[in-house]
Amino acid sequence: MKQPFPFSAIVGQDDMKLAMVLTAIDPSIAGVLVFGERGTGKSTAVRALAGLLPPIIAVKACPVNSADVKDCPAWCDVSDASVQSIATPVVDLPLGASEDRVTGALDIEKALTKGEKAFQPGLFAQANRGYLYIDEVNLLEDHIVDLLLDVAQSGENVVEREGLSIRHAARFVLVGSGNPEEGELRPQLMDRFGLSVDVLSSTDIDERIEVIKRRDAYENDHEAFIAHWQSEDATLRARIVAARAALADLQTPDSALRRVAELCIALGSDGLRGELTLLKAARAFAAFAGDAAVTDDHIRKTAVLALRHRLRRDPLDDSGSSSRVARKISEILGE
Amino acid sequence: MTRWERAQLAITLLAIDPQRLGGLVIRARAGPAQAVMLAAVQSLDIPTVKLQHHMTLEVLNGDIDLTASLASRRLVTRKSIFDCPSSLFVLPMAERCPPQFSARICQALEAGLGHGLIALDEGAEEGDCLPAALTDRLAFHVILEDVALQDLSSITLPSSLEKIRAEVLGVTLPAELREAAVILAASLGISSLRAPLLLVYAAQAHASLHARDAVTEEDLKVAVMLVYPHRATRLPQDPEPQVQPDEANPPEAPQDPTQAIPPNDLMIEAVKAVLPDGVLAQLQSTVKQPASGSGSGTRRKGNHRGRPLPARLGPKNSGARVDLVATLRAAIPWQTLRKSSNPKAIGPIFKASDLRHKRYEIQSDRLLIFTVDASGSAAVARLAEAKGAVELLLGEAYARRDHVALYAFRGAESEALLPPTRSLVQTKKRLAALPGGGATPLAAGLAAAFNLALQERRNGLTPTLVLLTDGRANVALDGSNDRVQAAMDALMLAGKIAEAQIPALVIDTTIRPEKTLQALAGKMRANYIALPRSDAKSVSGAVASALAQS
Repeated sequence: MKQPFPFSAIVGQDDMKLAMVLTAIDPSIAGVLVFGERGTGKSTAVRALAGLLPPIIAVKACPVNSADVKDCPAWCDVSDASVQSIATPVVDLPLGASEDRVTGALDIEKALTKGEKAFQPGLFAQANRGYLYIDEVNLLEDHIVDLLLDVAQSGENVVEREGLSIRHAARFVLVGSGNPEEGELRPQLMDRFGLSVDVLSSTDIDERIEVIKRRDAYENDHEAFIAHWQSEDATLRARIVAARAALADLQTPDSALRRVAELCIALGSDGLRGELTLLKAARAFAAFAGDAAVTDDHIRKTAVLALRHRLRRDPLDDSGSSSRVARKISEILGE
Repeated sequence: MTRWERAQLAITLLAIDPQRLGGLVIRARAGPAQAVMLAAVQSLDIPTVKLQHHMTLEVLNGDIDLTASLASRRLVTRKSIFDCPSSLFVLPMAERCPPQFSARICQALEAGLGHGLIALDEGAEEGDCLPAALTDRLAFHVILEDVALQDLSSITLPSSLEKIRAEVLGVTLPAELREAAVILAASLGISSLRAPLLLVYAAQAHASLHARDAVTEEDLKVAVMLVYPHRATRLPQDPEPQVQPDEANPPEAPQDPTQAIPPNDLMIEAVKAVLPDGVLAQLQSTVKQPASGSGSGTRRKGNHRGRPLPARLGPKNSGARVDLVATLRAAIPWQTLRKSSNPKAIGPIFKASDLRHKRYEIQSDRLLIFTVDASGSAAVARLAEAKGAVELLLGEAYARRDHVALYAFRGAESEALLPPTRSLVQTKKRLAALPGGGATPLAAGLAAAFNLALQERRNGLTPTLVLLTDGRANVALDGSNDRVQAAMDALMLAGKIAEAQIPALVIDTTIRPEKTLQALAGKMRANYIALPRSDAKSVSGAVASALAQS
């Protein structure tokens, strides 16, 4: 199996890359929604993310990647407390996955061969403490969306079916990508994604040539290309780890809280979720930049990402929500 | 190069490098042309696998084979159909491919297993074509709809395929040709970055076919003819940037990069040579109908909720729930027979063929949004008639359990007389009390109806707009009395309504059919009905028949 395309080697698309790095620093930001045209590197970026994330420590035998044997759910009967370092899980949720596959269901193998009623964990279990990636999220079946909404909110997967009664932790960063031409996303689901990015393919010829060049090198000169970019990825990973550590000591002055609130009120974004997410994103960004306190500058850089999908839709405004947010930002924060 | 030669070349190049080129779309109805192409595909040394729309998710994803496991009483798993050595998949009737299915195919193509796809697009209409996500990933697109029988010749593939394949990865690409590939894509309005990549691969395959170790301009030109034409969204213009407002590049963008570097004329000629036969006309109309995403609450037959339908044989997909009662009912008549062949069994004996699964139908209700012009110009003659027509329609809507909402516009703004309701009495009361007179804020009325339609569509209703007006808009959206601006605003909203694909109906209430209103209806993609001197009955009849069509 070929190594995925390195994250650092992706040309341009800075917003998308920044959003993904921010969720890696603070997973409670809860996800990135990447909407854009075909062939803009959406899926490449998500697949590259897996190679970028720092590993996690998890109990070996635990199906939900618990950090400590105490956290393992009772039904999986883990007795071996040994832990190992595993890559942060990035789990694909394919369209058309069945409910059983997503939430987990009766383990048919055990039921048939041993006559035992056992639970077979699903994708939610696999994705715990990691990422759940949905390509073409706007085409996802309604009943799967319902499941997803509930679990993404509560961080717990509850299965009550076929005589099973199971619950386990399911905290993951949701990453969705899609092409808006093919269908819309329910506002409720949109809201579950912390950040949202609109990707456009670059109109800069040199940048586009660079993309083709790198892709060519990736295909034809694989080892050298990977070796070159892996060191860049390692630097970025080190920055993410450092930012995670710095997050605890980061100052959030009252003035920043006030700014965030003003901005959300001015934009009329629904609920407090936008405010919270913007604050978290600004904090993560400040930590990533190596600053000691959140400033207006950090808020300005992250506000579009955190708020653009939370505005009430105005079908008569052609300018799109990104520019509406940008307008308000310059009104409130100044240039 | 004729169409048929291009098709031959596409197959040959695909045979050389199926993994990187992704595949080929053949647009043709079932017939000799398609058959010859398929025969060539079959004769390749790569295994071909046929995909079918009714393949279940177990087949596509690989899963536990439930029926086989039950029958043999041990676990039988089944590999995904894509889990095999490098193959070419043939997808018939690709234009009917549901998005879930095509998404899975895209995943398989990109999984690095060396798979390719031959999509047979048998669409009858222009809008019928396969999901854009697939077209984007497949390098070639050949149209064989009007290739004459005498032009067909059997396709012979090069005998030394093995050798060519070994060489194709070593073919180098001069930097200026790489640049030319990107610039040309930009000047043709191709925004996907997969296109130049595929072009480069095709050029490399063509070079190795002719035993060259570097791509030449000729290779690139041939590849351009195969890869770019169907992706083009515009033709490169002469440097004067006065035409073609391009949606991808907003006007305030610093400058159109395509104008900075003129693309190679030779290449554009190559595209143009291929383009004129029919594709050129479609260039502007290549906006594909958005597929119905289920995230937005669309209607469909499902297996999970809604009104129950009769149970069906066999679980069609793994998400289906087994209908226990129907399954029992199907199994019981056979019990004596089965018992006699297996006397030791305890309890009823089930076979896979007994399984029935539940189906439900989610019916979405229709919402008729009446937008009535109550301005002075309309009121004089026709308001009473319009009211009568609406009242008759309400009666019908009531009988069909449709929802109805009522907007009136006059003076400076539109007024919501009635939010969506099924109450007939209330609607009639409000309608009767509707006064006439004042200016005609057509745009405001449309805007209100449009917003309501979008909102209710998200709630799962199917909105239909019915606009009764004389079309003499004289109040703009911002409330100013500016006839020109008012007409422009109304047209702009009509465009939005068409874009959102809300079915609409425009009833012209003037004595003489109004030209501007016809234009408005055209922009809205609405049915237009002129009703010179009609009574309520005929309005209602016309509306009912127009609605039945839509």
